[in-house]
Amino acid sequence: MPGTGDPDSLDPREGRAPQEDRTQFSALLEDSAEDLYEHAPCGYLSTLLDGQIAKINTTLLDWLGYERGDLVGRKHFSDLLTVGGRLYHETHFAPLLRMQGEISGIALELKAADGSRLPVMITSTVRTGSDGQPLLVRTTVFDARDRRAYETELLRARQEADLERDRLKLLNTTLQKTLLPPALANVPGLDVSAHYHIASVDEVGGDFYDLFPLAAGTWGLFLGDVCGKGAGAAAVTSLARYTLRAASVYDPDPAAVLANLNTVLNHEYTGTDPRFCTVVFGVLTPDPDLGGFQITLASGGHPPALLMRADGTADYLPTPGGQLIGVLPDAHIATTTVRLAPGDTLLLHTDGLTEAHTIAGGADRYGDDAFLDFARSLAPTTASATVGAVRDLLDTFGTGVDDDTAVLAVHVPRPTGEEQQ
Amino acid sequence: MDVRSRNHVTVTGRAGAPVVMLAHGFGCDQNLWRLVVPTLERDFTVVLFDHVGSGSSQLSAWSRERHGSLDGYVDDVLELCRELALGPVTFVGHSVSAMMGVLAAAREPDAFSGLVLLAPSPCFVDDPATGYRGGFSAEDIDELLESLDANYLGWSGAMAPVIMGNAGRPELAEELTNSFCRTDPAIARVFARVTFLSDNRADLTAVRVPTLVAQCSLDAIAPPEVGAYVHAQIPGSELLTLNATGHCPQLAAPEETAAAIAAFAGTAR
Repeated sequence: MPGTGDPDSLDPREGRAPQEDRTQFSALLEDSAEDLYEHAPCGYLSTLLDGQIAKINTTLLDWLGYERGDLVGRKHFSDLLTVGGRLYHETHFAPLLRMQGEISGIALELKAADGSRLPVMITSTVRTGSDGQPLLVRTTVFDARDRRAYETELLRARQEADLERDRLKLLNTTLQKTLLPPALANVPGLDVSAHYHIASVDEVGGDFYDLFPLAAGTWGLFLGDVCGKGAGAAAVTSLARYTLRAASVYDPDPAAVLANLNTVLNHEYTGTDPRFCTVVFGVLTPDPDLGGFQITLASGGHPPALLMRADGTADYLPTPGGQLIGVLPDAHIATTTVRLAPGDTLLLHTDGLTEAHTIAGGADRYGDDAFLDFARSLAPTTASATVGAVRDLLDTFGTGVDDDTAVLAVHVPRPTGEEQQ
Repeated sequence: MDVRSRNHVTVTGRAGAPVVMLAHGFGCDQNLWRLVVPTLERDFTVVLFDHVGSGSSQLSAWSRERHGSLDGYVDDVLELCRELALGPVTFVGHSVSAMMGVLAAAREPDAFSGLVLLAPSPCFVDDPATGYRGGFSAEDIDELLESLDANYLGWSGAMAPVIMGNAGRPELAEELTNSFCRTDPAIARVFARVTFLSDNRADLTAVRVPTLVAQCSLDAIAPPEVGAYVHAQIPGSELLTLNATGHCPQLAAPEETAAAIAAFAGTAR
């Protein structure tokens, strides 16, 4: 080694004589195990298995303001804890220590002799004898005053965040409700039912529906899906709802109603922030001769309605060529007219249902074909049974439903006596 | 909902033998019984479960309405008895679960062949009006909630690697890391209130099934006079003071605890 044995040569790295190093080292070596234990920068505590204090170091005694004779053989570890801490200790810490033989990072408060409290972090291990039987518990105690202040601040921030989140949920749920009818209208001769499934409570979804009276015993209904989520989508949803209601009063022709909405969205959302939606709008007209209703549906890019017939068959009612509402100045709107005979059920839905993941996190989506099979298995059915079955179906997907889903079903009951329940 | 998965039910031991149902208390889960099960399963069918909100139970089944009082847990226990259809069981309730057993047996005595109340307390809070001493004040309970909060930060994430199980018993490791003594802090707060603020002293006299009150010698949570009180209030009950110390005799003295349960359950048929 360079410089060894030459007291005058300097260590080039330290610029000090090695002799000086040696003196310092030996001073360190005089730090006896006993002194290291007694005056360690942390508290040491040994307890019997029942918690009785068997040994404690000077550091911890000084922190707590006790004499050794006050504690050793006289007190239990839990006597040093606040009552709440003792409950926590007995219900969590002690069982875990017994089961695992060690535990660390537990936050507790110790009671000092003068009644003041010392926040600490505790780590304990069980010392076992050569036969594997537990003998005693060794515990180190760290002063956690600074850390506790920091944690209290973290905790406060978390609680604040939790409160804000609850508030946001409440706000979103309330806003969502204002976008849907509080209750569906009671249509004579028609059984109606609807359901709105909220995929995320953190954001308002963009699905909407309504059913309302028009002139001369006819009824309007619609169901749609605004692109996007959140406040922006909610504003479009609100505009779409009121436009559809107002437009249908002036001219109830379904294609004209959707053309109207298309114009309004085009005017409102120009330039860099286009907003659009898919909608199906229908007019129900009672058929006094044959019973039931005639329904004319206009669709702007929306998934087709499903007709579940009294004879047990079911099919989509395609409206090909209908374009998204709000994109083009002159969107093409497709219409179809069908008779709803007694026993028939018509179901409108948004694509949150057919695009749901069948298993949460999985790649498979439910799909139009599976949904048609589902409808075929239901037919003949009623509005409320259909909506109930859809709700159960959504439940089986769980969090696989990652977009909001709206369904609206209308059913023409068979004349009394023929009604199938 | 399937109550077996709701409560993460485990059935072990001898099929067709008398049934012992073990109910854990506040703080942990069915793992707490691990050391007494090997003895009990020799002669009994042993049913273990996690209370809703604890361990590996389905957290989605927890509701503030249902589980905001002991009655909700009692409903859960009675549903379990019905669903498992194993006939009358000896219900062993530790700590707060002891009172669930008392309430359940009062409501449907035919479902139970006996009750073992392990370290029970019908009321943790002192009642100066009657001279009853449960050992705690309402402020003490608030302090416990603070302790839960303070430790939640430590328990989430940072705590997990440390809970590794002990090298001598590696079979414990994985399971404990995930569940043992870890609860959702919001649920733990409510369960703590249910546990430590319930007063079921008046319900004790309604128990009509054979009952063993088994208390520990040195228990900071349920002191001996509380065990004596429970024994005095339940007609015909038996009082046993275990040598075990602490609040969890099934961990501190598993052999003694298992023997006491077995001796009682073997006669209470």
